[in-house]
Amino acid sequence: MEYTYYPGCSLEASAKNYDESVRFVFKSLGQELVDLEDWNCCGATYYMSTKETISLVISARNLALAEKHGRDLVAPCSSCYTILYKTNHILKNNSIMKAKVNQALRKEKLSYNLTIKVRHPLEVLVNDIGIETIASKARCRLDGVKIAQYYGCQIVRPDRGLDNKENPKMMDNLFAALGAQNVYFPMKVRCCGGMLMTTYSDVALELNKDILECAHENGADLVLTTCPLCQINLEAYQKKIKKKFKTDFSLPIMFFTQALGLALGGDPKELGLERNLIPFELKEKRAEA
Amino acid sequence: MKAAKQVLKTPGILGKKEKELKDSFLLQVSNIPGGESINKCIQCGTCTGSCPVSYTMDITPREVIALFRAGDIETILSSRTIWICASCYACTIRCPQGVLVTDILYALKRLAIEQKIFPKRFPVYVLSKAFINFTNRYGRSYEPGLILAYSLKTNPFKLLGMIPLFFKLSSKGRIGFLPKKIKGTKTFSGILKEAEILEMVVPVKEA
Repeated sequence: MEYTYYPGCSLEASAKNYDESVRFVFKSLGQELVDLEDWNCCGATYYMSTKETISLVISARNLALAEKHGRDLVAPCSSCYTILYKTNHILKNNSIMKAKVNQALRKEKLSYNLTIKVRHPLEVLVNDIGIETIASKARCRLDGVKIAQYYGCQIVRPDRGLDNKENPKMMDNLFAALGAQNVYFPMKVRCCGGMLMTTYSDVALELNKDILECAHENGADLVLTTCPLCQINLEAYQKKIKKKFKTDFSLPIMFFTQALGLALGGDPKELGLERNLIPFELKEKRAEA
Repeated sequence: MKAAKQVLKTPGILGKKEKELKDSFLLQVSNIPGGESINKCIQCGTCTGSCPVSYTMDITPREVIALFRAGDIETILSSRTIWICASCYACTIRCPQGVLVTDILYALKRLAIEQKIFPKRFPVYVLSKAFINFTNRYGRSYEPGLILAYSLKTNPFKLLGMIPLFFKLSSKGRIGFLPKKIKGTKTFSGILKEAEILEMVVPVKEA
């Protein structure tokens, strides 16, 4: 199938490895991602929570551009996904807002008629392609790899009806089918603090410590995430957490598509694994197991 | 707090400022699909209990709704609460009454910005503003510029502490040194200008 692809700003910079691995996974499963031409920043939580109409306009510009092609819009960043999804929801339910948005979009000869479906790659892989098909295409099993599946906030919340909001299972089921062992991980949907790492770092460091500690204590070799912000918070601040809370772990944090890419036979370079700050090597772990 | 005292003096009657704030807030809430659910709050405290950062708040999410009902929006707007919410939506999905707590906090945040109720060089506001400026200029976010602009305006010494991480990320090719721009930055700013005007337009509700 073909999908319109909305990489989002992070995937062009700090989360390049997410972009590389998403593209690899879709390609190796025979799915086509067509880049949305001239997409702009979704506005993220920051715009949405400060200026309402403008935030909806800039987010809807992407939906309007996608509407020219009609394909579902795939957004890997949890924040982009939430914002684009929410924009759709608000415009569907608030006709005044929709009129305002379209009036602004007219300045660029665009209009949005609410026909685009916003989707996250995890859900596309599980629902459209199917776990069985993916497992049958796997070239190497992840047997014995102990994974803490970290979903974060914005992929299941607020209500999308995609998965259980308190205990989502999509990633768990996908990786179980590939042979991995999902560790007990009650923090799977706990918040990493997002941008609080910049504004109130003490609060964010503690949130991240709790999540990492929980994964470590339950024996995880690896934490998988679906969000660029979660990934960088959990990975890049481990040293600070170590210093502040005297913890003694160093846990690799990977995008779920990187681990899936390994199972699909991708080499570490293609999957951007060299960009991760804390390395994880599949073979070593398998030898241990 | 002044407003709270006034409420005590004249129970049931809102002062001019209080009424103004209440009206602006209700307008914000009316734009949220399902926003009227705020009426159904039973003050159970599930929101506060579910919030991963409520322990750092001066007013908890449950108290926010109680204060709104008491007519004291000013106290909410000058609290730390609306700025510390990390948008995780845990409160929203757990609320037994379907109150959209996160969206209500956003509405209050927008109101605080509109009324300029926050300290000078306030970190969350500075970061939002820097983010918005880059997005408006390039059509895309620009991570290094964002951190630089934010640090210079809040605490430049923080930049020193970020140097090791900066080098580490840049050696992995994870810093986008140059800003990426969209093609139509000119037409994009046209859209923004129009949207800015529309932001001010208040729809007249039919009776």
